[in-house]
Amino acid sequence: MQNRLGRILIYTLLAIGTAISLLPMLWMISASFMPAGQANSFPPRLLPSDPTLEHYQAMFTRLNLGRYLFNSTLIATTVTALSLIVNSMAGYAFAKLRFRGRDRVFRLLAMGLVIPVQVSMLPLFLLMRQLGLVNTYWGVIIPGLASIFGIFLIRQYTLSLPDDLLDAARMDGASELRIYWSIVLPVIRPILATLAIWTFLSTWNDFMWPLIVLSDDSMFTLPVALANLSGERVQDTELMMAGSVLTVLPVLLVFLFLQRSYVEGITMGSVKG
Amino acid sequence: MSTVITPTAAATPSSAAGREKPTRSEDNRAGWFFIAPALVLIGVFFFLPVGGSLLLSITDFDIYAIADPRNARVVWLRNYIDLLSNPVFWTAVKNTFYFALVGGPLTVATSLGAALLINARIVKYKAFFRTVFFIPFVTTLVAVAIVWRYLYHPQYGFLNYMLGWFGLGPIEWLGDPRWAMPSIILMAVWKNFGYNMLIFLAGLQNIPGELYEASDLDGAGPLRQFWHITLPMLAPTFLFVGVITMIGYFQLFAEPYVMTSGGPLRSTTSLVLLMYEEGFRWWRMGVAAAVAFILFLIILAWTQLQFRLQREGR
Repeated sequence: MQNRLGRILIYTLLAIGTAISLLPMLWMISASFMPAGQANSFPPRLLPSDPTLEHYQAMFTRLNLGRYLFNSTLIATTVTALSLIVNSMAGYAFAKLRFRGRDRVFRLLAMGLVIPVQVSMLPLFLLMRQLGLVNTYWGVIIPGLASIFGIFLIRQYTLSLPDDLLDAARMDGASELRIYWSIVLPVIRPILATLAIWTFLSTWNDFMWPLIVLSDDSMFTLPVALANLSGERVQDTELMMAGSVLTVLPVLLVFLFLQRSYVEGITMGSVKG
Repeated sequence: MSTVITPTAAATPSSAAGREKPTRSEDNRAGWFFIAPALVLIGVFFFLPVGGSLLLSITDFDIYAIADPRNARVVWLRNYIDLLSNPVFWTAVKNTFYFALVGGPLTVATSLGAALLINARIVKYKAFFRTVFFIPFVTTLVAVAIVWRYLYHPQYGFLNYMLGWFGLGPIEWLGDPRWAMPSIILMAVWKNFGYNMLIFLAGLQNIPGELYEASDLDGAGPLRQFWHITLPMLAPTFLFVGVITMIGYFQLFAEPYVMTSGGPLRSTTSLVLLMYEEGFRWWRMGVAAAVAFILFLIILAWTQLQFRLQREGR
C-alpha cells in the first residue's frame, strides 16, 4: 500500500516536471503559427485557431533571418572544427607528453577557470579594434578557439590511454604528429564528439561577446538579432515566437540526435570512473 | 572506484603520465609544440586582456581615449572609490547576490530533487525523463527569455492565468520591482537545473548499493538513508555543482538584458549588466573595468569560501 502510494507520488512529480520543462517550448511553437494578435488574448490560447506560416515567411523575407541563420551556422561550425584540433592537441600533450614546465603551465590554466570571462571583454574589445576584427566573423571566432574547459576534458579522457600504445608507435619511428593524428585522435573519438557538440551548442547560444563585437545588422548571429528585434517588435508576439523557434530548433535537433554521446561526456567531465 | 574531479583535484597533475622517466628533449619539443596554439590563443585573447582589465580599471579610459589612447590618464583608485559611493553600483551588487544566493541553492535543490526522482528504483523510462528535463538547458537563453517574457505577461500570460485557477494574482511579474528578480530566478531555475541533475545522477549511481542493503538490514527508513548515506556520499558532487552554479550565477547578464533591461527601478541590474552599460553603451571603460574586477574578486572570495566550508564540514 505504502509502496503504491510512493509510486503514484513519484510519477505525479515526474509528470509535473515534464510538463513544466516542455510547456514553454510547446507554447512557443504553437504561438508561432497563430494569426497576428491571437497570442495576446484572454484566456490565453493553447493552439492556433487557423495555423499560418506568415510569421515564418516574414522572418525570411522582410527580416533577413536567412542571413542570421547563415552567420550563426558559419561561426558555430568554424569554432567547433578549429577548437577541436587546438584543444585536443593541448589536452593530449598535458596528459601524455613529458615536457619541462608542464605542471606549472597546467596549474596556471586551472587558475583561469575561476576568472569570469567578462573580465577580459573590455580590453579584448580594444585589442580586436587594434587588429581590425571588430564587426567581423573572426572577431567572434578567435576568442572561442581555445577553451580551458575543453583542454581539461580531453586531458582527463586521454590519461587512461595506455602508454605502451604510444611507445610502441615511437619504437616504429612514427613522428609525434603522426601518433597524435593516427593513434590518439581515433581512440579519443567519443570525447571529441562530446566536446564538438558542447562547443557547437555553446557557440550557437552565446550572446554577450557577439553582442559586443558585432555592430552591423548583417553580421548578427541569431541570438543577437533576436534580442535586437524583440526590442523593436515587442508587440508582435507571434512573430517573435517564430524567430525563437528558428533560433532554438537547430540546437534542439543537434541535441536530440546526438544526446547519447553528449550526456555521457558531460558526466565524464565531472565524474571520472 | 570513482572520484569527482573538483578544480583543485584536476589541477594536481596526475602521475599517470609517467614521472619515473626523465624528460627527453624530443618530448620537450613535442610537448610545447602541441600546447603552443592553445597557449598562444588563451594567453593573447584571455590572460592578456584580464591583465589589461586591471590596468584599464585605474585609468579614466573613455570615448575620447578610444579615438586616441593618449587621452587616457591614470587615476589610480578613483574609479573604485567612485563606485563605492555610487548607489547604482550597490544596487547591482545587491541584485547580483540576490540572484546568486537565492537562485543558486534553488537550482541545486531542484536538480537534486529531479535526480532523486529519476534515480528511484521503481521508475521506468529513466532516459526519457532525463532527456526531457535536460532540454531547457540546451536551448538558446535569449530565445527562451523572450518566450518567458510573454508567459509573464500580466494580462495575457499563462502564469497569471494559472494563478487565477487558485484565485491568486494577477502579479505584475516583470513590471513590479519586487517581483522582477524572483521572475528571473524562476526562469533561470527552469533553464539550468537539468545540467546539475545529470551530475547528481552520475553521483547517485556511483554510491555502492551495498551501503543501502546494509542499512536495509538495520531497518533504516528511506529518510534516514537519504540523510546518512545519500547526502554524505554526494558531498563532493555538491561542492562541484555548487561552485559551478554560483560562478555562473554571479555572471547574470542575458536574462535582465532581454527581459527587463535591468529595470524596473534598477531592480534587476546585475554587475555584468552594469559593466556592459558603462563600458559599451557609455564607453566609460575605466569604470566598467573596475566593476568587472570587483566581480572577479567576489567570485574568487565566494569560491574560496565554498571550498573552506566543505573542508570544515567533513
